Formats: sequence, structure tokens, C-alpha cells
Amino acid sequence: MTGPIVTVDTLTMAYGDFVIQRDLNFTINRSDIFIIMGGSGSGKSTLLKHLIGLQRPAKGEVYYDRQSLWQAHGPERERILRRIGVLFQSGALMSSMTLAENIALPLGEFTDLSPGQIREIISYKLALVGLAGFEDYYPSEISGGMQKRAGLARAMAMDPEILFVDEPSAGLDPVSAKLLDDLILNLRDSLGATVVVVTHELASIFAIGNNAVFLDPETKTMIASGSPQQLLDSGDPKVVRFLTRGEAKPPVKNLQGSEP
Amino acid sequence: MSNPTHYCAFSLLRQSDAERELALIGDWVVGSDIPSPDVVLGQMGEKRAVDRLVVSARDLGRWDTLLMTFLIGIIDHCRERGIEVDSSRLPEGVRGLLTLVYAVPERAGARRQAQRSTWLAQVGKAALRAWEDGKVFLAFLGEAMFALGALFRGRARFRQIDLWLNIQDSGPSALAIVTVISLLVGLILAFVGAVQLALFGAQIYIADLVGLGMLREMGALMTGIIMSGRTGAAFAAQLGTMNVNSEIDALRVMGLDPMEFLVLPRMLALTLIMPLLCLYADLMGIVGGGLVTVSFFDVSLVQYLDRTKDAIHLADFLVGVTKCTVFGILIAIAGCLRGIQCGRSASAVGDAATSAVVTSIVYIVVADSVMTLICDRLGI
Repeated sequence: MTGPIVTVDTLTMAYGDFVIQRDLNFTINRSDIFIIMGGSGSGKSTLLKHLIGLQRPAKGEVYYDRQSLWQAHGPERERILRRIGVLFQSGALMSSMTLAENIALPLGEFTDLSPGQIREIISYKLALVGLAGFEDYYPSEISGGMQKRAGLARAMAMDPEILFVDEPSAGLDPVSAKLLDDLILNLRDSLGATVVVVTHELASIFAIGNNAVFLDPETKTMIASGSPQQLLDSGDPKVVRFLTRGEAKPPVKNLQGSEP
Repeated sequence: MSNPTHYCAFSLLRQSDAERELALIGDWVVGSDIPSPDVVLGQMGEKRAVDRLVVSARDLGRWDTLLMTFLIGIIDHCRERGIEVDSSRLPEGVRGLLTLVYAVPERAGARRQAQRSTWLAQVGKAALRAWEDGKVFLAFLGEAMFALGALFRGRARFRQIDLWLNIQDSGPSALAIVTVISLLVGLILAFVGAVQLALFGAQIYIADLVGLGMLREMGALMTGIIMSGRTGAAFAAQLGTMNVNSEIDALRVMGLDPMEFLVLPRMLALTLIMPLLCLYADLMGIVGGGLVTVSFFDVSLVQYLDRTKDAIHLADFLVGVTKCTVFGILIAIAGCLRGIQCGRSASAVGDAATSAVVTSIVYIVVADSVMTLICDRLGI
């Protein structure tokens, strides 16, 4: 199959009358690591909620291949959701279930695998994220970084085509954050999945992203898209300021070519 | 501050027609008697001529946040009146902080206006809220029924273990409290009735009063109220916390309907367990009534049991059990609804639990009245 895997078409997001972002248009290509970036309050996480079907758009559409997420109902919609896995910011593991039960949740409900097979898959997924042997721990008994990795294992339980990750580095120390980035990159390369990451962590953006949108809270729309390097070269002052922590030379100089 | 521990003062000097100097003197710290900005502005007078105010600090001693709030008051007022404020003679720290304060202008519309409305408007709004709330409840009830339909078609997705855990939580674990309350309610019914009936020497009819009272009404009602406080609140808190942790979002994204996965096992558990608890409460009530009658009112145990057997019929028992089953559904729905509606903070979880109990007690009493009325009309 060719063509973009996700298409966002004139999407407007709002809470009641309060518009968060309007007229978003972008596409996510197969095997991309796509970054949704923007300052605090720009609606990054809200956009993620629209992409994974948790919040209905005020206007516009989200297409998976050519199929609209918000027009689909019942089994059709379920088929689309089956293609995606989500790692929430806090991990969002079911706190009343062990890690094994958490990962078994989608497997048990949506597949005909035998309990033995499910157990094997659980150990395999936990081993992938470096948590081998933690099957019978409850989320509250492990650290925040481990919870995120367990969340990643659950998100990947059904071998999703598209993995959504909300703020992977939030609340993690730089080393753990880097490890999680490496893990995501590694999994993308091995599984060929598409990854969509919401982040404002510059290190992550440049290390793993190869396509991105930048959401601006003031104009309430996206002001740039492309790879992080392209965004940096785009010369848009807000984007450049964001990507250089505000230390960039004025972009005018950039255009004149006196600075690379 | 009746007894200032630090000395502070200001003087307003006239530099020219259009310019004043505000000299700050002494320690402007917590504990000093700091004047309100209005005093200074009052001294400047209403004259339009002044268009520049220089703030100087030659004799300023120590200072803290109170100096800053004073200066911000002055600067804000002066800006409104179009007076330029020159702060260049202030200490470097003060200037730095002022720059920070005014670096990001207040976002238009960000400030929340405290809205005070008249009592009539408040009554109206409360009524509208109650109406909306009722509609949401009905919608939720409808969705729950769809989930029940899915269950009967064998397509509902939930973990069986959740159902059994909920049954255990709401059934056997609640036996102790149901025993105590029902026994005491039976006891109270017997006492209240006995005092009157003994006047006519009709103590034997205490058995009728207790039997019918417990079976038709009190057994179901007390069980309902106990379970709404015990289990309804627990449901709301569980689901509310899951909402706070995005666990419910995670379920939705996995394609698991929270209605089937979370609400259905809870509702089923209560629907199955409530009739049994009601039966047990009825029995305990009769035992309680018997204790009083036999010990204080000169009726033998055999007489009491025999009279009870004559007085109560299967219909009475079925009315009570049906009521209690309906209460169970209402408690589960109210608890789960409040949990899923829960906001994303710690206090929201508390509010959800409170609201679940209040809502379910209200619905229980309303449903009870309606069903009692229906039974009366039908002559059951």
C-alpha cells in the first residue's frame, strides 16, 4: 500500500466555544516517526486525542488510509482502532491488574489465542521493553519509567501498525528518556510501524523525528510542517525560537545566509 | 498592623509642574506599616498636569514582596492615568522583578470574572442542571441496557473475574452491616408497634407489622441505602480514579467499551446480589422483631412464628425483592455514572463518591415511592 497512512483534513479542535486549533492539514507517511510539537497549551495532547478517537473534532476529519475515523461505527471503527496502539503520558496501566493482566487485556478480548500462547506473548513483550520477569508486579510497585515501558509493551501487544506516544520523556530523567527514545526507534526499525510522538523535548525531536508539525497557541493553527531540520531552516521565528530554546540569531540573518 | 516593628515612610517631592518624585525611606518589609498605593496617589492629587513620577530609593533599607506589591499598585494606577513611571533609580533587584512582572502582558480574557447572580437566576440554573442531569442519567441507563443486550447476545466484552470480584465485594463482604442494620430495624418496628398494640392487648399482631413492614418495605429500602453508601460510593471512587489515571481512555483506545468492561460487571453483580441480600435482611428483621416480642410482650416464639406465617404471603416477599433488585441497578448506574463523569483531580474523586451516594439515595426513594404507588393501584 502506498500513500499516507493518516490524513488530517481541515481539523478544528474546540472545547465548547473555545477553539484550541483550527484548520490543521497534514499527513503522516508509513514508517515515519512523526512529531507533534508546540509549546505548553498549544493543543498537542488534544490533537492526539482527536487522532486516536477519544475526542470528536469540532470540524474536519481524520482519515486512516482513505477511511474516516469519525464516520466509522461499530466493527468498522473497531477495525481502525485495532490498528493503533497508544502509550499514554502516565502509562495508564490498569492499576488493579498486574503487568501481565494489563498486556493480556487486548489479547484476551480480541484474539483466540490459548492462555499458554498469551503467556508467551506477554513474556516476549515485557522482554522487548526490558521488563522480563515483572509479569506479576502491579503498576504501583514499579517506578515511573518502568510503568511507561510497561505501557509501551501493552500498546504493542496487538502489533499495531501505528503507535501513538504522548510525551515519552515527561517525568523521566535524561538517561531513561534517552533509553525510551532508543527503544521506540528500535521498535520502529524492527517492526516497521509508524510512530506518532507528542513531545516538546528537543533532544527527542532531533534524535528520532523525521517529520513533524508545529502547533502555535497564539494563531491557533499549525505554522509549519516537515522534518525537524526543515522546520529549523524554515526561518519562521516562532518555530526557530522553539527549536533553539530562544537562543537563535534572528532568522533574518538565516535568510541572508550569514548563518548556517 | 498596630505595632510596626520596622520603620518605613515615603515622601512625595515636587520636581516641576509635571513631575513628582516618590522617595522611599526605611525598611519596606513584612512587619512595617506600609501605606496603601491609594494614599500616595491621593497626595498626587487629581491634577492632570502631572505626567511623570520618578521613584527613588536613596534611603531605602531592606525590602521584600510587600514593596513589590506596593510598587505594582502605583505603576498600575499611573498607567491607567497616563502617568509615566521612571523606576531607573530603584535597586537593581527591584527593577529586575518589575521587568519580569510586566514582561508578559495579561492574556486578554484569561482572568475569570467571579459571577454573582441573583437568587432567582441561581434557582433557575439549579433547575436546568437537575434537568440536564436527569437526561444524562437516562442516557446512561439506556447505554447500560444496550450493554446488557450485548451480554445476552454473548458479545459483551468484560473479564469474568471482575464480575466475581464485584459479587464478592458487594455480597458476602456486606453481610455483617446488613445483619446489624436489619436486626435493629426489625427491633425498632416491633417496639414502635408494640407500644400501640399493647393498649388493645393485641401484641400478637406485632408479627404482622414486622413481617409486612420488613418484607414489603424496610428490608429492601435499608439494603438499598446500605449498599449505596457502601458499594455505590466505592464504584464511583474506583471509576473516578481510573478516569484520573487515563485508564478509561486507554480502554476506549483498545476498543473496549467502558460500558461493557466496567459498568456491566458491576451492574450484574448488584442485580444478582441485591435480591439475596434483601431476603437475608427480611429474615434478620423478623428475627429482630421476634426478639422484642418474645422477651418483652408476653408472646411465645411459636405464636410469633405462626402469626408471621399467616400474615405474610409470597406476593409481599416478591414486591420487596423486586424493589431491591431495581435499587441495585440504580445504585450501580449512579455509582458508575458519577465515576465516569469524574473530573481529573483528587477532590473530583471525592465529589464523585459523595454525589454517587446522594444520587442513588434520591433515586432509590423516588423509585420506591413509584413502585409502592403502582402496587397499591394494582392491589398487590
